[in-house]
Amino acid sequence: MQTPLSKKDRMKIPRQPMPEQDPDVRNKNFLEVNLGYTEELAVLEAQRCLQCPKPFCVDGCPVGVQIKDFISLVAEGKIAEAAAKIKEDNVLPAVCGRVCPQEEQCEIKCVVGNKNEPVAIGRLERFVADYEREKLGMRLPVCKPKTGKKVAIVGSGPAGLSCAADCIQAGHGVTVFEALHEIGGVLLYGIPEFRLPKDIVKVEVQALEELGVEFRTNAVIGFTDSIDELLTVEGYDAVFIAVGAGLPYFMNIPGENLNGVYSANEFLTRVNLMKAYDFPNHDTPVFDCKGKSVAIFGGGNTAMDAVRTSKRLGAKNAYIVYRRSEIEMPARAEEVHHAKQEGIEFQLLTNPIEFVGTEEGWLTGVKLLKMELGEPDASGRRKPIPIKDSEFILPIDMAVIAIGNGSNPIIQKTTPGLEFNKWGNIVVNSETMLTSREGVFAGGDIVTGGATVILAMGAGRKAAKAINEYLFNKE
Amino acid sequence: MNKIIESKFLAKDVKRFVIEAPKIAAKRKPGQFVIVRSNSKGERIPLTIADSDLEKGTITIIVQGIGKSTKEINSFNSGDFFHDVVGPLGQPSHLENFGTAVSIGGGVGAAIAYPTAVGLKQAGNHTISIVGARTKDLVILEEEMRANVDEVYITTDDGSYGFHGFVTQQLQKLIDDGRKIDFVLAIGPIPMMRAIAETTRPYNIKTVVSLNPIMVDGTGMCGGCRATVDNKTVFVCVDGPEFDAHKVDFDLLIKRNKTYTQSEKTAVEHFHQCHYDKVFDLAISENKS
Repeated sequence: MQTPLSKKDRMKIPRQPMPEQDPDVRNKNFLEVNLGYTEELAVLEAQRCLQCPKPFCVDGCPVGVQIKDFISLVAEGKIAEAAAKIKEDNVLPAVCGRVCPQEEQCEIKCVVGNKNEPVAIGRLERFVADYEREKLGMRLPVCKPKTGKKVAIVGSGPAGLSCAADCIQAGHGVTVFEALHEIGGVLLYGIPEFRLPKDIVKVEVQALEELGVEFRTNAVIGFTDSIDELLTVEGYDAVFIAVGAGLPYFMNIPGENLNGVYSANEFLTRVNLMKAYDFPNHDTPVFDCKGKSVAIFGGGNTAMDAVRTSKRLGAKNAYIVYRRSEIEMPARAEEVHHAKQEGIEFQLLTNPIEFVGTEEGWLTGVKLLKMELGEPDASGRRKPIPIKDSEFILPIDMAVIAIGNGSNPIIQKTTPGLEFNKWGNIVVNSETMLTSREGVFAGGDIVTGGATVILAMGAGRKAAKAINEYLFNKE
Repeated sequence: MNKIIESKFLAKDVKRFVIEAPKIAAKRKPGQFVIVRSNSKGERIPLTIADSDLEKGTITIIVQGIGKSTKEINSFNSGDFFHDVVGPLGQPSHLENFGTAVSIGGGVGAAIAYPTAVGLKQAGNHTISIVGARTKDLVILEEEMRANVDEVYITTDDGSYGFHGFVTQQLQKLIDDGRKIDFVLAIGPIPMMRAIAETTRPYNIKTVVSLNPIMVDGTGMCGGCRATVDNKTVFVCVDGPEFDAHKVDFDLLIKRNKTYTQSEKTAVEHFHQCHYDKVFDLAISENKS
């Protein structure tokens, strides 16, 4: 038996970098950027964990993954056991290991980070999940005996899938309804292949199917069935609404309806879900970016996804246009870093005021205004203020607006008695996710407005817990 | 997967399909649409529901073969399957007793106008239908219209059948004859809808058109189908597809519908190439055997 390393020795190990594709190669393909740790790298990184008696990292995780315990198992080389430990709290570790903002959740709380760089918790989670999927095969958790109760889940994104996993394990019948033709929601249509390979989502969905979750695609709840019909005609005992935000904001500036101006949702859906990068082998086209100049408006992860996608589609100049400075960007630092490596140009402190185009309606450029930062605004970030007479035109052939989403109106219009706030978000009890309607729960972006995969998953799990209690007490 | 129960060409390149879709058949109202995909690599195509049969659990759609996907669909026959059919989507037509209601369908638009024409009749209107086409062979749904609305006028551009001229001229004629018209529904090519809007505008006749922009999801998520109505941006899939014709920016709609003209050519060429390859491969394998 190896003697465990001393605390001092552990502190001496540097944070292991993530092996990744060369920037100049990857900006021309859709393969995953990050290649993942080898077992040696993972074990070495895991040994950096100090195994704190009170692990603060766990407090930072929205679903409470037992980080300290799984990392200790990795350090001992017990990867299968580590995978089981993670799965106790997180049903989609391969997804979360890739897309969670660990640097502001678990890793920011890591004690090692006080002196050195924090333990790479996300990379380890990803390693364990990939190892399980590739080397051990997905192992299914055991479900409790059937309760005879049925739960309808509306939406198959991260909130819906995590709720489905918990409800099926609790012994309920579970049906997930999805409006699109494939399961996965934003994991499929929104996040690009190079950041989250779709095969990984498929394997996670298959595992849920094997547990007995029924998936129904092409079902737009509100139209195909209403929430009330699910509870009456269809005989479901509870409903969880997890439809996401799903109504893209535009900037309401002149020229926004010119050809070549897209919402990020449309651009990414065409490329990711409809596989327009493989046109004409797949039927759906997207703007032909080859050799063109494109600008993406916004500073979040979606903006980074869109700009890096356009580069991979062959864009010559790919710009991020953002009205504040880099510090205020909501995107993960890693995404910004990757984008820069791949040759993305950043037009910071710049705000669009008008799109200009040809008589035939095609975009040719955007009129921009330089900004400077003033006092902090309601969001706590310094407010951008226009600089007088600083207008200039940036010639572009395609524009993608990535400034967030409002609430999709379909459920609101078709569900009487369901309470919404003035932004169209469903009002819930923050502990139970229960809405104003009996037996109807809601979570994810339709409740919070646009947020992250892991927060949506956390909401799905909270709701599942409350649904279990509700169904246990229900006759 | 949704099975095709019946399929029949109504005119050149215009085919009617009766498809198994019991949920949609039970739910759909006039004016609503479905989105279909022909195969697992297919694009999502919005098509207005032309009819439904609650007992048989079927819906009827009418497809005009223009691009790669619609041409491929029109090669389908009864017994074949659509990979996906989702709906009903969009807001139903607003149906009330206006008095005298004229529904105008140009080309395949006649099929889209048909369910709303029937709905207007059921709502108590005196219903007039104007069915327009370039030539006699392209006139569709005449029999169905005659069976369900009070008066039917056929127009052809070349005069081969019915009134020689455009649907707008037929409408103008009714107005000039002193017919009191309270409501007009116009569905067809965008220039036709725009011309109808200009015909009724001076008389202040309430006029509604059903817009057909490019869509992806059809549920408001992508915003690709945006149009300008009353100087405001709307998402046709969730706010429409029917709008006040006098407030629609038709120029913008025409421009936006040309976004993928070049891609469409590529797709059609690719489709033909694949088909020729298939036929070629088949010929070779038959020669070998």
